[in-house]
Amino acid sequence: MKQNVVIIGGGIAGMEAAKQLLMLGYKPIIVEKSDHLGGHVSNWHRLFPDMTPAVALIERMKGEISDANVFLETEVSSINKLKDGYSIVLSNGVSIVSRAVLIASGFKLFNAAKKEEYGYGIYDQVITNQDLEHWFNTGEDKRMTGKDIKSIGFVHCVGSRDLKAGNSQCSKVCCVTAIKQAIEIKERFPTAEIYCFYMDLRLFGKKYEDFYINAQKQYDVHFIRGRVSEVSENIDGKVVVKAEDTLSGKPLRVTLDLLVLMSGMVCNPDIDQVASMINVGVDTDGFLRSRDNVYSIMESDCPGVFLAGACTGTKTVPETVAEARAAVLSIHNYLSNG
Amino acid sequence: MVDFGFKLSRSSTINLDEVDMSLYRRLSEEEPDVKRCMSCGSCSATCVSSGFSSMSVRKMILALQRGMDIKDMLSNCMLCGKCSIVCPRGINTRHLILLACRYYQEGNK
Ligand SMILES: Cc1cc2nc3c(=O)[nH]c(=O)nc-3n(C[C@H](O)[C@H](O)[C@H](O)COP(=O)(O)OP(=O)(O)OC[C@H]3O[C@@H](n4cnc5c(N)ncnc54)[C@H](O)[C@@H]3O)c2cc1C
Ligand code: SF4
Ligand code: SF4
Ligand code: SF4
Repeated sequence: MKQNVVIIGGGIAGMEAAKQLLMLGYKPIIVEKSDHLGGHVSNWHRLFPDMTPAVALIERMKGEISDANVFLETEVSSINKLKDGYSIVLSNGVSIVSRAVLIASGFKLFNAAKKEEYGYGIYDQVITNQDLEHWFNTGEDKRMTGKDIKSIGFVHCVGSRDLKAGNSQCSKVCCVTAIKQAIEIKERFPTAEIYCFYMDLRLFGKKYEDFYINAQKQYDVHFIRGRVSEVSENIDGKVVVKAEDTLSGKPLRVTLDLLVLMSGMVCNPDIDQVASMINVGVDTDGFLRSRDNVYSIMESDCPGVFLAGACTGTKTVPETVAEARAAVLSIHNYLSNG
Repeated sequence: MVDFGFKLSRSSTINLDEVDMSLYRRLSEEEPDVKRCMSCGSCSATCVSSGFSSMSVRKMILALQRGMDIKDMLSNCMLCGKCSIVCPRGINTRHLILLACRYYQEGNK
């Protein structure tokens, strides 16, 4: 009989793991809280660094796991350790026994309204990276309609690298996302002036630096080193942004039609309850704790519980997919030995 | 003038709404690579003049982008071209300096 493997979270990590488990002859069961598969990536428009359409990727991945058991709008109500494996009861009443469990619960976007000085939720000219992706995809956003957009700003590190906001870590993907979004928006508003306010540009990945050079040279994006300190609305219904131009050591201000906040990634609190039931710990950065962060990032401290994707830290799509595959191999080894 | 015992300083704030980038735009049309500058400072670190004067290619490019005057700075350049050799973004900084000098020589302010 095929062995069950329960996957908590149906983002790209959970989906990729399900695909690989199917190929190895297991019976993956995805438990997904929301009403759709794909997690955050299903909200994105195009993916760096190749500008791949995100929806096409999700559709393709969905096609590859049509044989998997998927429970949408379902959560884990209880999970108990057995002698060898776990007994899991879902919110829809289904109960499952599974020797291995994969947690792929991903991240949550930092709530930009917490940084009150940036005016999210106060001024209509201020949106987040997620709102902008949504607008790229659907063209729907009341805050964007009928606006003559001539100047746009991007604020890096919103809720990241911010001890006061409770997140000291760098969210890793938002520098390149800002550049990607700056390019995409410049294509839609070719005459607009675009400003990126950054502290450091952290462009670590394959072809990211080329993205940056391209944004500078082809798209005339202005990069200003300095963290935005405050945003206020003026009489014309625009926002005035203040920062220090730290390269010249002078205060700087600019009036903008649109300001996009690059909200960072924090661990998804939706998994806290499940994690505490089986003693999966939380690391000092707030994400789920792996056995170690060098060699066994996909393994938790609990035998039979594995981790993949952004639940253990900020990750890009290729990193998430690679980790899901690695986690499946660990699961396969675990289930084959004993 | 009457001394009131206090003075008003002009704000040093850079207002990007009013910044005049025309010279920067003009120069970057002829030397488009200047847009790739990442303010690394290699140019000024190696410059034979920077230790003795206000000359710094990094600051010059920033000043152009902020609509500030670069004339004084330029007068200290010896056109040795060392800055061009070290620039990791491959900007022909010497050419840029020459273009700026030419602009001022043409009688522009
Ligand atoms: C603005 C932005 C743009 C990005 N753009 C790119 C890009 O262009 N290219 C790129 O490589 N990367 C990009 N990324 C990174 C990318 O989004 C992540 O790598 C990816 O989403 C991680 O996938 P995941 O499956 O681990 O997590 P998620 O996408 O967060 O999916 C987790 C899933 O688990 C579900 N879940 C959570 N808890 C539970 C629970 N208790 N029970 C049941 N289900 C649960 C959630 O509903 C969700 O569906 C971007 C990130 C941001 C913030
Ligand atoms: S990736 Fe860039 S924007 Fe995001 S937290 Fe790190 S430095 Fe800030
Ligand atoms: S060309 Fe001018 S700016 Fe460049 S290194 Fe020589 S003196 Fe310095
Ligand atoms: S060396 Fe090149 S990239 Fe670096 S600051 Fe000078 S001009 Fe800019």
